Amino acid sequence: MIRKILVILFFSFSANAALDVTISQGKVEPTPIAITQIFGADSDTARYGNTLRQIINNNLTNSGLFYTVNEDLYIQSDNLVEKVPRFEDWKLIKAQFLLSADVSKTDKGIRLRMRLYDVFNGKEIEKLQLTIPDENLIRRVGHTVSDIVYERITGETGYFDTRIVYVSEIGPLDQRVKRLAIMDQDGHLDSHQFLTDGKNLVLTPRFAPNNQIITYMEYKNNLPRVYIYNLKTGEREIVGDFPGMTFAPRFSPDSQSVVMSFSDPDNAANSEIYLMDLNTRSRSRLTNDSGIDTSPSFSPNGEKIVFNSDRGGSPQLFVMDKNGDNIKRISKGRGVYGNPVWSPRGDLIAFTKLTQGNFHIGVMDTNGNNERVIVRDFSLESPAWSPNGRYLIFHRQKRSNLDGTGGEVTIHFIDITGYNEMVIPTPRDGSDPAWSPLL
Amino acid sequence: MLKKLFMLIVAGFFLASCATTKTEEGGNVDAASTSSSSSSGGEITAGTQEDLIVNVGDRVFFEFDSSELTVDAQATLDAQAAWLMQYPDTNITVEGHADERGTREYNLALGDKRAFSVYSYLAQAGIDTNRMEYVSWGKERPEVIGSDETAYSQNRRGVTLVSN
Repeated sequence: MIRKILVILFFSFSANAALDVTISQGKVEPTPIAITQIFGADSDTARYGNTLRQIINNNLTNSGLFYTVNEDLYIQSDNLVEKVPRFEDWKLIKAQFLLSADVSKTDKGIRLRMRLYDVFNGKEIEKLQLTIPDENLIRRVGHTVSDIVYERITGETGYFDTRIVYVSEIGPLDQRVKRLAIMDQDGHLDSHQFLTDGKNLVLTPRFAPNNQIITYMEYKNNLPRVYIYNLKTGEREIVGDFPGMTFAPRFSPDSQSVVMSFSDPDNAANSEIYLMDLNTRSRSRLTNDSGIDTSPSFSPNGEKIVFNSDRGGSPQLFVMDKNGDNIKRISKGRGVYGNPVWSPRGDLIAFTKLTQGNFHIGVMDTNGNNERVIVRDFSLESPAWSPNGRYLIFHRQKRSNLDGTGGEVTIHFIDITGYNEMVIPTPRDGSDPAWSPLL
Repeated sequence: MLKKLFMLIVAGFFLASCATTKTEEGGNVDAASTSSSSSSGGEITAGTQEDLIVNVGDRVFFEFDSSELTVDAQATLDAQAAWLMQYPDTNITVEGHADERGTREYNLALGDKRAFSVYSYLAQAGIDTNRMEYVSWGKERPEVIGSDETAYSQNRRGVTLVSN
C-alpha cells in the first residue's frame, strides 16, 4: 500500500500536462509566467499576499523551469480570481501562464483563492481555495500553491512543500561544532530550526521516504552510533546499539528498516552492510568481504541496494539484491567513487568521484552506463535527491589553509542536467543535506 | 595570541613528524618536548599522556587509503606496549583518523580500521584489551588544518590517548 502511494507520487504524470519536460532534453527553456499581485483588502491580508507572492515567485524561478514576466510590463492590474483575464493583454507581454490570487479573513481563518490560466489557449486550467487557521502556515500555503502550479504545467511532481535536514557547522575546522538543523526547501530563515544542541558530533542525517523521521549518526558519550529522530514527537532513539561503530544509515523505501554499516570488533572492525528492522529490531548481515562496505542506498522498489566498497582495491560502486546476493560492480570510470544514492524515480544513481585532484558529482544508469558529471570542484560531497528525482542537493567545501582559514562549506542545489546551480542559504556553514518527502 | 600558540603547536607537530619519519626515537623526543614544554613547562609526570607524547610517541601515521601499520608505526607501538606494561593501571583509547580526501562515510570506516590496527597490535603485544578502547573520527578531527599533502599525511593517524 505504502509502496503504491510512493509509485504514484514519483511516477504520476498528469494526462493533460501542458508541457512534457524530461531531463533527456537537456537544458529546458524556462516557461514565462505572470503572477499578479495577491490581493488583500486590509493590511494583514495584503501582507500575507505579498509573502505568498514572493514565495511562489522564488520557488518557480528557482526550479529553473519558469521565469516570471517583469511586473512593470503588466497591462492588466485587476484581481483575476473572479474576473476573466483579458488574455490579449497577457499574450502581448509573452506570459504563457497567468496566476492570480487573493487573500481574505473569514471566521475560520485566512482564506486563499487562486486561479491559474493558460494564456495562449485563453482558459482557466486550475483553481484552488483553501483556508488555514493562522498565519504560521502561510509559508506552507505558498509552497503548496507552487507545487500545484509546477505540477499542472510541467506534469512532474512538485517538491516545494518539503524540508531539508542538514548539519550546521561552526568553529575551527579541527574542533568543529556540528548540529542537526532543518529548514524549508528554500532555506528561508523563518523556517530554520536547530534539532540538536551541538554537544555531540552529529553526521549524515537522512529522511525516511514517507514520514517525518530522520536517521543519522551521533557521537553520544564518544560512541559513534546510528539513531533515529522522530520530528513529530521529538523522540530520539538509538538504532545501532552494538559494540562497534554503526554509521552510514538510510531508510528502506517503506521506512520500516534502516540499512547501514556496522564495524564489528569481532570482524577486525571491517565495515559490513546490515539491515535493521525497526519494528522487530532484528538485524541481518548483507555483505561479507574483507574490504570496506558502506554508504548503502535502496532502490525505490526495495529490490536492490547500491553501495560503496573497496573490495577490488579502490572504492567503487556495487549493486546487490536486497538480501546481499548478486553483487556486481557498476562504476566503470577511472577514479575513486563514493556516496551512491538511488534516485526516487528509480532510473539513476547519483555519486561522487575523486579523480585528477577534484571531486565530481554525477549520475549514472543503475547498471553504471551513461555516466555523466554534473558538477566538479575541489571538494564536493553528499548528493541527495529531490523527492521528484529532478534535482540534487550537495555540499561544496573550499580549501582550507594552515592558519585555520578557509574550509567554508555550503549547501547547493542543481538540476541534474547540470544547469541552474544555486546556493541554499543557511545561517552558518552547512553540510550533509538530505531532502524530506512531500509534507 | 591564539594564532601564535596554534602556529607553535603546528610547528611542533611538523618537527615531531620529521623526527618520527626520518630519525630514531631520540629525535622524536626532542621535537615533541618542544611543543609540550610550550604548554606546560613543568616536570613530566610518569604514566601520563604527556609522558607518552614526550618519551614514547602517542601516534602512528598511515599511507593514503591504508590501515596497515608501517615499520615505523610498529616500532612506535612496540614502545607504547612497553610503556603500557610499565604503567599497568593506565587505560587508553585509540583514535583512528583520516585525511579529508574521501567521503565522510568511507573515512569513518577507514578510521575504524586504522584504530583497530593499533588496538590489535597492542593486544598482540600483550596489552589486556580490558585496558583499551578504540574509536574512529573519520575526517572529523584533523590534527593539521590545510588542503595539501603536508596536512593530509599528519591527519592519517592513529593516536593513543590515556583515558584515566
